[in-house]
Amino acid sequence: MTEPVLSIKDLVVEFPFRDDVFRAVDGVSFDIMPGEVVGVVGESGAGKSMTGSAVIGLIDRPGHIAGGEIRLKGERIDNLPEAARAKLRGKRIGMVFQDPLTSLNPLYTVGDQLVETIRTHLPVSEAEARQKAIDLLAEAGIPKAAERIDSYPHQFSGGMRQRVVIALAIAAGPELIVADEPTSALDVSVQAQIIKVLKKLCTNHGAAVMLITHDMGVIAQTADRMVVMHQGKVVETGTVGDIIRRPREPYTIKLINSIPTIERKDGAATPAPAANDDGAYVQVKKLVKDYEIGGGGFLKLMPGKVEVFRAVNEVSFSIEKGKTFGLVGESGSGKSTCAKMIVGLVRPTSGQITVDGHDIWASGAGHQERRKRVQMIFQDPYASLNPRWRVADIIAEPMRTLGIARNRGEVDDRVAELLRRVRLDPVVMRKFPHEFSGGQRQRVAIARALSSQPEFIVCDEPTSALDVSVQAQVLDLMSELQAEFGLTYLLISHNLAVVRQMSSSVGVLHNGVLVENGPTDAIFDNPQADYTRMLLDAVPDISKVA
Amino acid sequence: MLAFIARRLFQSVIVMLVVAFIAFLVFRYVGDPLANLLSQDANQADYDAARQRLGLDQPFYIQFFHFVGNALQGQFGTSYRLQQPVSQLILERLPATIELAVASSIIALIGGVGLGIYSALRPRAISTGFIMTASLIGVSLPTFLIGIGLIYIFAVELKWLPSFGRGEVVQIGWWRTGLLTSSGLRSLILPAITLSLFQLTLIMRLVRAEMLEVMRTDYIRFAKARGLSKRAINFGHALKNTMVPVITITGLQLGSVIAFAIITETVFQWPGVGSLFVNSVAAVDVPVMAAYLVFVALVFVVINLIVDILYFIVDPRLRDGAKSGR
Amino acid sequence: MSDLPQTTAAPVVVPKTSRWKMFLRSDIVWSYRHSPITIVASIVALLLVLMAIFAPWLAPYNPFNPATLNLMDGFTPPNSTSFAGNYFALGSDSQGRDVLSTIMYGLRVSLFVGLMATLFAMVLGVSLGLVAGYVGGALDAVIMRIADVQLSFPAILIALLIFGIARGIIPPNQQEGAAVWVLIIAIGLANWAQFARTVRGATMVERQKDYVAAARILGVNPFIVLLRHVLPNVTGPVLVIGTIGLALAIIEEATLSFLGVGVPPTQPSLGTLIRIGQQFLFSGEWWILLFPAITLVLLALSVNLLGDWLRDALNPKLR
Repeated sequence: MTEPVLSIKDLVVEFPFRDDVFRAVDGVSFDIMPGEVVGVVGESGAGKSMTGSAVIGLIDRPGHIAGGEIRLKGERIDNLPEAARAKLRGKRIGMVFQDPLTSLNPLYTVGDQLVETIRTHLPVSEAEARQKAIDLLAEAGIPKAAERIDSYPHQFSGGMRQRVVIALAIAAGPELIVADEPTSALDVSVQAQIIKVLKKLCTNHGAAVMLITHDMGVIAQTADRMVVMHQGKVVETGTVGDIIRRPREPYTIKLINSIPTIERKDGAATPAPAANDDGAYVQVKKLVKDYEIGGGGFLKLMPGKVEVFRAVNEVSFSIEKGKTFGLVGESGSGKSTCAKMIVGLVRPTSGQITVDGHDIWASGAGHQERRKRVQMIFQDPYASLNPRWRVADIIAEPMRTLGIARNRGEVDDRVAELLRRVRLDPVVMRKFPHEFSGGQRQRVAIARALSSQPEFIVCDEPTSALDVSVQAQVLDLMSELQAEFGLTYLLISHNLAVVRQMSSSVGVLHNGVLVENGPTDAIFDNPQADYTRMLLDAVPDISKVA
Repeated sequence: MLAFIARRLFQSVIVMLVVAFIAFLVFRYVGDPLANLLSQDANQADYDAARQRLGLDQPFYIQFFHFVGNALQGQFGTSYRLQQPVSQLILERLPATIELAVASSIIALIGGVGLGIYSALRPRAISTGFIMTASLIGVSLPTFLIGIGLIYIFAVELKWLPSFGRGEVVQIGWWRTGLLTSSGLRSLILPAITLSLFQLTLIMRLVRAEMLEVMRTDYIRFAKARGLSKRAINFGHALKNTMVPVITITGLQLGSVIAFAIITETVFQWPGVGSLFVNSVAAVDVPVMAAYLVFVALVFVVINLIVDILYFIVDPRLRDGAKSGR
Repeated sequence: MSDLPQTTAAPVVVPKTSRWKMFLRSDIVWSYRHSPITIVASIVALLLVLMAIFAPWLAPYNPFNPATLNLMDGFTPPNSTSFAGNYFALGSDSQGRDVLSTIMYGLRVSLFVGLMATLFAMVLGVSLGLVAGYVGGALDAVIMRIADVQLSFPAILIALLIFGIARGIIPPNQQEGAAVWVLIIAIGLANWAQFARTVRGATMVERQKDYVAAARILGVNPFIVLLRHVLPNVTGPVLVIGTIGLALAIIEEATLSFLGVGVPPTQPSLGTLIRIGQQFLFSGEWWILLFPAITLVLLALSVNLLGDWLRDALNPKLR
């Protein structure tokens, strides 16, 4: 039997915190064999990143390894002095971080950083190191590597930068790469390519991979084996196929069941065929938003060319009353700009939005109608609730502003009722947002949105900041409330699976243009546009497990 | 690059015009310029004649135009207090102030950057705790008290260094320097240290804060994960990135040394522009106040331009013009 | 840490958390209790403030009542009795005024000017910063350009200039009465930019946050949004700048008075006392300078220490 590259036994990482100690990693054990890709999966707070940091020896103070051992090719490394550990980094263990935009030093060229890394670890000349750097960049799929090597990081896109980061991690030929959420900051279509590059480079250079991610789909497509972590402990270990098809532990079963899939859900109601467009409750007609770019400040005063960037280009769609329209797109597709125009935060350059026949950008009456009928749920529940306000005041603000309820007793009764509707105990109304978890905050945000008794709610990535199991609960709540109040939803998301499960019809936005628009099943099962097809193919999904 | 500098130059001109306008308002409307020029028993005819001679009867914008025109030629009128041309007064005293400011800038820069880096790289050392506490005492000690303290210790008690003045000076062209005689150099030591301490503390705290900030970034973490040596990380990566914001603020701080010299010059009776200004404020000597304001603004604008150009050289993101301005 | 266990809307019965209880449990109080130097600094600052407030009742002599002044008391060294038979704990000055009493009264003037000037700078700077950060565009550009230019001049120069201008404008017979207010305005105008810049930065961060968007969707009046949503969220940095600004303002007042352009000699502040004391330093009467100087440094240092601690306590990641 071969010796494992990495062997972790009973690892404990502790953070002394005020008077007590927080155990981020609590008795974790697993092995990684040479050339193997092992996925470490878990929700936030599971201790997966901390395990990765322990392996590379970069735990932030005041955290420290409090027990157990880490062995690299049988040799114990967790108790080595810092100088000796530093020698292992890059040389024998490489690391890839989540955010490619901040991983590279902005003041040095990509080549400088590669050559520096190579020459730190390998006895080669400057010229040899440079040649090796070019080869690595080319291997990582950077076109015209010989020219691009002298560019600065900001001259590359996010996906390209992550390729550079991977090239840097592999540069000195380590036996193990620790990749911490390597694709989570990237768009779906780029994600798939980066996973491929990571796998290819590690195979070519014979490195094993410890792939840390919250995304079961990524693991399903990439890893050989997986380790499921929860609250600092390993819940289950096994081959990817085994765990996804036959999870044994209750936590794993719950986790896998809460992952939405882009496959059609059995028993999902088939939507009625789109009726006459003119009768639709929400209509968006030829919506356009232009932004002027360049020449800020006083240059603006000079006449002549003003460059215009069209963020949203003649987008039209309509939503039936009581239905959900899913708007799908990657970052920069203009989907958030659309949302802002529909709720009245950004004025459209041209086009028309009507809700129940009222033009919401018409002055006076339209404005009043919009305030009454349209509400929004935001992505980040940490930023969407004013941290200085009590929950009761947050939820009451819309009623007070719109004059739905004025006296204190009435407001309190309504707030309590709303909290019950979103399955929270009314006593929490005296609390402040920071006393809640992410999922609970999102419930509070939903309660606030319902407070003005709207008919139409724009949901901008309502679950993408949440863990999968919480996501499932919030999505269920949204569906229940829709049925209860007859709400109409515009669901904006980059997550195709969420959109498939929630919406009756779908629009696909790409570079500001609506490339496809129609009933959900038709688009997912039989996409017409190339872009939609590419997007669907790229989605990492547990149903695609090898 | 050229466009960037051109834009900065344009902004500088606007700043100078605004400052000149304020200086003009001060010059024209604070106190009565004529009351200071004419004797107590001057009659109305004398007043009218003087008004005409000085152009005070002309429209507002023409007066401002003349003021700017004269300022460009270095003419700011005559000091009420000393009855000498302001430009001559300032020029005579400028070398003293510049020598003092440059000497203390060098001390502040070397000391501040050095101590800042040291304390950022050893955040938990006892010496760092000592430096940080000392720096806090440093910002709490008014400059004039530092000066008095130094005079008391080194001039009165120990009698090592002179307590006031510039010592012997040597005339080189119009420049009167104290750097070439031993008594001049000895005289420079105490005022230069006094003036530098405050800036030194500020620069040190700034460098430390910025460097600690940089040390927390992802790219430093990634540099560690790549196995680079501590030296390469600290001095290659962290220091260069620290310098980007430090250059701006440090540059401006050093620019303010000239104006800050007011206090030091008063304490040490240093015959510079600053002490001239303090005496002028006390006597409401408006032409000198106006001229000094324009002079300090000029120093500020020039240093600001140099800082912008340095910024450009250090940060490649600016060179691409991706982000213009700060 | 984890969202999982709580999200099932478990009816957690939590009694009303009062703001006071929240405050006691907060990081601020925790870090205060664990910073002995901050506790000492706050006690020193409190004692000095009390000394200033109750000077008329606490001071052993009234140094500004010409009737009680006796030249026979002049130049009495500390902890001794003068020729006229009066005891002076910290000595007396050339006119026979008790140094301890002048310090207490001087502290009153210094603190009053410092506090008022900081308050003035704060109100001006915070309002301009809020407006600049929230409205943006040309208004923001103009306000921040002015702040930039002003920040690059030392506050002391600006204050001197404003002081000089005021002296030129105010008729001589009213100058003495107006001097303190002129000083407050001069120092306040010299220090507003720091507040404006910080608040503007914080406002720009806050206005991007979704809770502001939520209020805007409802059509809440922008002024209300600024006041009720944004302002409470930028108070942290304002408090830090305010504390450090107070120390700066006290030092600036002392500097101006030391330069002889501050408060009138009939109402001496600590700076004036140091100016007076300096004349006697070289002839051996060191106490006339030393004790006011120590008081000034103690005041500035304790306020600075509080500001420093506040900054760290509000920014846990910097620890």
